Amino acid sequence: MKTRDIVNLSRRRFVAGSLASAAGLTLGILPVALAEQRKSGPGFAGAAPGEAGEFTPNAFLRIDNDGLVTVISKHLEMGQGTYTGLATLVAEELDADWDMVRVEGAPADATRYNNLFWGSAQGTGGSTAIANSFEQLRRAGATARHMLVSAAARQWQVPPAEISVSAGVVEHKSSGRRAVFGELAELAAKQTVPESVTLKDPKEFKLIGKRIPRKDSSEKITGAAQFTSDVRLPGMKTALVLHPRRFGAKVKAVDDTGALAVAGVRKVVEIPSGVAVVADDFWSAKLGRDALKVTWDESGAFKQSSAELLNDYRKLAEKPGSVTRSDGDVEQALGRAENVLEAEYSVPFLAHAAMEPMDCVVRIDDSGCEIWNGEQMQTGDQINVATVLGLKPEQVQINMLYAGGSFGRRANPAADYIVEAVHIARALKKGTPLKLIWTREDDTRAGYYRPMYLHRLRAALDKYGNPVAWDQRIVGQSIIAGTPFESAMVKDGVDRTSVEGAANLPYAIENLRVDLHSPGLPVPVLWWRSVGSSHTAFAGECFIDELAYKAGRDPVEFRREMLLDHPRHLGVLNLAADKGNWGAPLGRGQGRGVAVHESFNSYVAQVAEVSVRRGVINVDRVVIAVDCGIAINPDVIEAQMQGGMGFGLSAALFSQLTFRDGLVEQSNYHDYQVLRIDQMPEVEVYIVPSAEPPTGVGEPATPVIGPAVANAVFAATGQRLRQLPLRLA
Amino acid sequence: MLNLTINGKPRKLDLDPQMPLLWVLRDHAGLTGTKYSCGMAQCGSCTVFLDGDPVRACVTPVSVAAGKEITTIEGLETPAGKAVQDAWKELEVVQCGYCQSGQIMSATALLNRNSKPDDADIDAAMQGNLCRCATYARIREAIKLAGKKLSGGKA
Repeated sequence: MKTRDIVNLSRRRFVAGSLASAAGLTLGILPVALAEQRKSGPGFAGAAPGEAGEFTPNAFLRIDNDGLVTVISKHLEMGQGTYTGLATLVAEELDADWDMVRVEGAPADATRYNNLFWGSAQGTGGSTAIANSFEQLRRAGATARHMLVSAAARQWQVPPAEISVSAGVVEHKSSGRRAVFGELAELAAKQTVPESVTLKDPKEFKLIGKRIPRKDSSEKITGAAQFTSDVRLPGMKTALVLHPRRFGAKVKAVDDTGALAVAGVRKVVEIPSGVAVVADDFWSAKLGRDALKVTWDESGAFKQSSAELLNDYRKLAEKPGSVTRSDGDVEQALGRAENVLEAEYSVPFLAHAAMEPMDCVVRIDDSGCEIWNGEQMQTGDQINVATVLGLKPEQVQINMLYAGGSFGRRANPAADYIVEAVHIARALKKGTPLKLIWTREDDTRAGYYRPMYLHRLRAALDKYGNPVAWDQRIVGQSIIAGTPFESAMVKDGVDRTSVEGAANLPYAIENLRVDLHSPGLPVPVLWWRSVGSSHTAFAGECFIDELAYKAGRDPVEFRREMLLDHPRHLGVLNLAADKGNWGAPLGRGQGRGVAVHESFNSYVAQVAEVSVRRGVINVDRVVIAVDCGIAINPDVIEAQMQGGMGFGLSAALFSQLTFRDGLVEQSNYHDYQVLRIDQMPEVEVYIVPSAEPPTGVGEPATPVIGPAVANAVFAATGQRLRQLPLRLA
Repeated sequence: MLNLTINGKPRKLDLDPQMPLLWVLRDHAGLTGTKYSCGMAQCGSCTVFLDGDPVRACVTPVSVAAGKEITTIEGLETPAGKAVQDAWKELEVVQCGYCQSGQIMSATALLNRNSKPDDADIDAAMQGNLCRCATYARIREAIKLAGKKLSGGKA
């Protein structure tokens, strides 16, 4: 992009004005010229606002007169490929040259960048980015294309209908005139925004459905990509926080003598979540924190152990809970059945353990607060920060940077680590940028975990081996209780994120009941990649397998018969079974297991092959079939299936966060273990062709692997393992 | 005063000699491509070269690096390094990308020793580099592809 000295304010006012009067609203696009709000800095183009000749038809893209197309992503790129996917939607309808497309993170502004599935809130989660943007961003691209064509038609004095656009070139074939986007940008900006646009027939797609390159690869292989931890601002300080060892403990006394004696340490600040050490750099802050002496008041602190909690949960499971689904008469069916099975499944607390530990940069001055973050929940974070500082939410500006993983952790209704950084920054001289860094130990021990859950299952088979009753009782903390989402997401005592994947069990069983206990605990909990399905798929798909064996049936065939009304479940199940050589013989000590599960409206089946040698479970091969509607980018989908499965495999085989007398027993990757390369199976991914609207792929592979592996272990050894991580007897 | 050579350029820095090289690079040399994740040599995100050998910068005191050639992802310009980066791009290895500087440094070190690594060689060399996005299947393929490119074979 060239440097320009002249800022054409009159044009920009014109653009803003014309958009305001135009039919942008019918497109669901609010008429504000993005350039007005844009600023330079990490996560942004770095361009000065108001480039002459720039074309900003709506909030989602900008074309400069060098032809560079900048797509504004309202969603966080945390590895799931959303920058690539969203840009594909715009570029498809714009008929852009993919090599000339770049992506920039949107500012926090829910009036323009709300997640259409989240009402008026902006944020990323629940595998919704592509699904909620599919039409919105195609319309944004089609609108811009229409205006480029209008500009060409005016310039060449030809009818718009005779103009074609392909790969960033606008052409009038019969007269041989052609122009690239950049040449038309200035004139396009003066065209009327169309009231309606026609979107392509899927048959005409040139980018959607193709394995086109990711937009974030180049900067991520050279170290240039900017993560929150990489932000460097003049005069910036770095803070580490000493958190209490037990949840609920409070600061009683602070002795900061040792900390302040460390070279580079500038300040020690007591904040609601602990005591912060502010220094010139990370290492000084770390040494300062090591030298800090804090006495804690642990009178109200959490002091239980995981084993104790599991026993409490077991007792709770003896009593009826809040019913979320009740078909037929479960008790009667269980009472008169030939064969009744009962089992208990459980999963531990889990940390998200993203490679980038939690971090955040904050600067507070007279105009408000500016934040740099791998930002996953803009609207909630703006409100939380504004509340602490006595600001209006719109005075909280957020620069959305790449996140080094998140898996749900950066979308916290309590905005915990962001608010923590704000409390520290407000204690510093006004305008001082403050970077908060959590160490790995903080990230493991300072909370927000996937809750521990216990499932008690009972089922009955009739004399032909057909399941006639299914009774599932779930016990575990509510993620939603106490958050602003409670009124919308907790109904009749049921947090729907606790029961998703169980309350909607697809199998045709006449008498079916699911109920829930949500005990309160001071352990902070949060959604973790695939949320409720991370435990409901394990319990449900393993117990179905138990029933199949009990009935003497093949586990795939058994499922098929109960999924006749669920063609998309059936489709992925059949594809995975076929590609996974279901039924083919295996060697001694080997076994094959299957699981199928829908989450976030995407359907995934997996066939896992394991071999058990000297008491160790090795997962050798995993075949994955996915139905996520129209496949926007098959390569990204394949990557998410591989990676989402691998993430779930960590939890299936290794990871657990446990308490002993209220203390978290793990601290870093040596004891909170996650999958390594030598433990990664061979993976094959198959995508079901579909014309259905696209659904998410970031999460749905994760919950399926645990039950597939557990079922394979049973096939290999005869041992039915009902607790994660899987441990052979 | 510490005399360092980072990516071929001499740097004089007045710092605690015990400060881990990682924080010298990130906070004092402005090179943020090398990442912090565990601080105890468990994850490999901070992998850099000292005289061509891979080390975990998070547990390497900067004094150990004085007088040696320090190479970070920003200065990875050898044929093996470029081949790895090209293969990473060709096979679309990256997801969140946070661990990938370290993965690329470890993979380059492997190919410097052995341009035709088999799966066991790759496991042994890469086992210390964690990726929570589990890009491992593609890392494996990309290392093999880079090896082929380096030895002049057709990819």
